[in-house]
Amino acid sequence: MTAADSSIRTHQDTHRAIDAVWRIESARLIAGLARIVRDVGLAEELAQDALVAALEQWPESGVPRNPGAWLMATAKHRAIDQLRRRTRLERKHEELGREVETRQETAVAEIEAAIDDDIGDDLLRLVFTACHPVLSPEARVALTLRLLGGLTTDEIARAFLVPEPTVAQRIVRAKKTLAEKRVPFEVPRGEELAARLSSVLEVLYLVFNEGYAATAGEDWMRPALCEDALRLGRILAELVPKEPEVHGLVALMEIQASRSRARIGPSGEPILLLEQNRARWDQLLIRRGLAALQRAEKLGGALGPYGLQAAIAACHARARTPEETDWQRIAVLYGALSRIAPSPIVELNRAVALAMAFGPAAGLELVDELTAEPALQGYHLLPSVRGDLLAKLGRFEEARAEFERAASLTRNERERELLLRRAAACGRTDQ
Amino acid sequence: MRFMMLMIPKGYETAAPGTVPDAAAVAAMMKYNESLQKAGVLLALDGLHPPSTGARVTFPGGKPKVTDGPFAEAKEVLGGYWMIQVKSREEAIEWASRCPASENEIIEVRQVQEMSDFPPDVQEAAAGFAEMQMKSGHSPGA
Repeated sequence: MTAADSSIRTHQDTHRAIDAVWRIESARLIAGLARIVRDVGLAEELAQDALVAALEQWPESGVPRNPGAWLMATAKHRAIDQLRRRTRLERKHEELGREVETRQETAVAEIEAAIDDDIGDDLLRLVFTACHPVLSPEARVALTLRLLGGLTTDEIARAFLVPEPTVAQRIVRAKKTLAEKRVPFEVPRGEELAARLSSVLEVLYLVFNEGYAATAGEDWMRPALCEDALRLGRILAELVPKEPEVHGLVALMEIQASRSRARIGPSGEPILLLEQNRARWDQLLIRRGLAALQRAEKLGGALGPYGLQAAIAACHARARTPEETDWQRIAVLYGALSRIAPSPIVELNRAVALAMAFGPAAGLELVDELTAEPALQGYHLLPSVRGDLLAKLGRFEEARAEFERAASLTRNERERELLLRRAAACGRTDQ
Repeated sequence: MRFMMLMIPKGYETAAPGTVPDAAAVAAMMKYNESLQKAGVLLALDGLHPPSTGARVTFPGGKPKVTDGPFAEAKEVLGGYWMIQVKSREEAIEWASRCPASENEIIEVRQVQEMSDFPPDVQEAAAGFAEMQMKSGHSPGA
């Protein structure tokens, strides 16, 4: 290897090391800066500037001993520079030299002092700001992954199968909206907290689900997104440890993620829960999920929607074989879920549980009621479940029609193949 | 990706039974563990008793032979581990670099194998093994 080769390799290594530092530090950096400059968009720009400085300097100087502090100090200097520039402009316009200068010095002192405080509160403020209800769900997701997950615009675009400029624009607009609506950089209090927290949880679960059951595209799962959502969930659980629903959501995601390896066959096809090889479930994640569920339960009160869904997932996780599943308890939990968060999809799941606990006829009765539900028109799982129950009752001709209908409704290629296979199997059994 | 950060404290190979780190070192390590937890990357961690209370099972000629600790010939022994979930090898190394370890400690960073890392025939063999475990009523790690 020549000296030039080795130098290129060192530079590439440093770049990868900087990526890693960015992954670890960016959210805290942006959060700390946002508290100082009171503008999330500006805070991110300052953090990006610091990253660019690191990319320029670290390959020569090496990664500093405390890279987070280096990035913060660099961004802080940029913030002060900007402030001074702005003040100079103001002074030109206003001719109020003395007063503006005092104000500037106070601001600089504030920036200097603000750095070493506990960063946890800032991170929480950033979470609530990125998931603010003034933003569309897509914007919340993009901003959360960008500001808190440390993902690049390109990574977000690839994860959601949309063009990069679309994501970039979404983020720019979101930042603009936050500034225009003067969304304060703070943690909501009192009654507002519950509603705002549920907006945050919704964003995390949306990210997780996009990774877990990709709504579009050729892959059945995009595990990196699941991992991002889990990481953010675990961070949030540390930031607000007394909120049961946060632990509920973490429990739900941990337990669902524990099945990742088992729910994809060798050629990438989906494998349904009851047909999965349970030995391939990740026991470490199951243990973590059950522990998180226990934390949610210990905080007292009735479980919320995420806690209940986690409790249902836990019933499956505890059963070593499908036959050991406590379907009656699952049906009861779906009933409770239906009361606090009524939705036709929950009812559909309750129908499945009833069918497992008390026979396919019991489930089909509820499913038949749901076929009139406007919200479920076009939802592929309704005919898919109905087909399954009909097949179990030996009504194969009707079952086949339902599977075919379900196949025509799903947007996921892998799922379509599975449904068509089931439809074909009904035809064979019929003959 | 999952990584193990394996802690190898020099001198642990001959440490007396019941040897534990002092309170200051434990406090510093707790702070580090907390930072891993708060960053959402920590999956599991454990510390190990010194090898003086352990044993090694070797297989000379294919037959198990038990040697009680300490192991005079061992140069490096494990003191504990962290299991973390990160995006890259570099991120794992960065986390390891932040450990408040002392001069006589080494952290070895190793990626955890996933089933998808194996060629198909090994995967198949492993799947059969997993099923066997299920039938005998044991699930791994439970």
